[in-house]
Amino acid sequence: MARIAGVNIPTNKRVVIGLTYIYGIGRVMATDICRKVGIADSRRVNQLTDDEILRIRELIDREYKVEGDLRREVAMNIKRLMDLGCYRGLRHRRGLPVHGQRTHTNARTRKGPAKAIAGKKKVTK
Amino acid sequence: MARSVWKGPFVDGYLLKKADRVRESGRNEIIKMWSRRSTILPQFVGLTFGVHNGQKFIPVLVTENMIGHKFGEFSPTRTFHGHAADKKAKRK
Repeated sequence: MARIAGVNIPTNKRVVIGLTYIYGIGRVMATDICRKVGIADSRRVNQLTDDEILRIRELIDREYKVEGDLRREVAMNIKRLMDLGCYRGLRHRRGLPVHGQRTHTNARTRKGPAKAIAGKKKVTK
Repeated sequence: MARSVWKGPFVDGYLLKKADRVRESGRNEIIKMWSRRSTILPQFVGLTFGVHNGQKFIPVLVTENMIGHKFGEFSPTRTFHGHAADKKAKRK
């Protein structure tokens, strides 16, 4: 078991994959980290030495913004837009898609599960 | 894709002139403008613009945070007050 960047405990997967369990680290960054620390692609997390884990931890601390910090940054960016009162901020406030997608149909990711409309007749066969 | 830096920010020329004139005169005067596509520049901070939304001019007091955004972003062009049926559902 290895704790890197706070709470994350990737299991006995390959290191490159294990690292992607950290918020803010995807495949590209994970490969990057492994290359910098000098870990072969085929190594698994439970085969890492304490020293290597330490070096990964330090590298992430030094060069990458992950987990809480990153989440806070994203939240701050959204909050900035909302406080500004610009169009994108308004969309965030209303929970609607921000990038100009259609809302006539779909947009369910932002709008959440469909709500029943009062008084609408159900179509029955 | 973001705009190339070498082009500089886009602003309709007449805005600069108008802003200067208001600056020099008595200030706090709403500058009516239609150029929603213009970027908000640092020299616009503190001025109030009436940004046209297709129907009327929405007063926008430019603050420092707004620099780099476009004027149109602060003047919504659509009105939507929810559907009539939604009201019933909410009351329950």
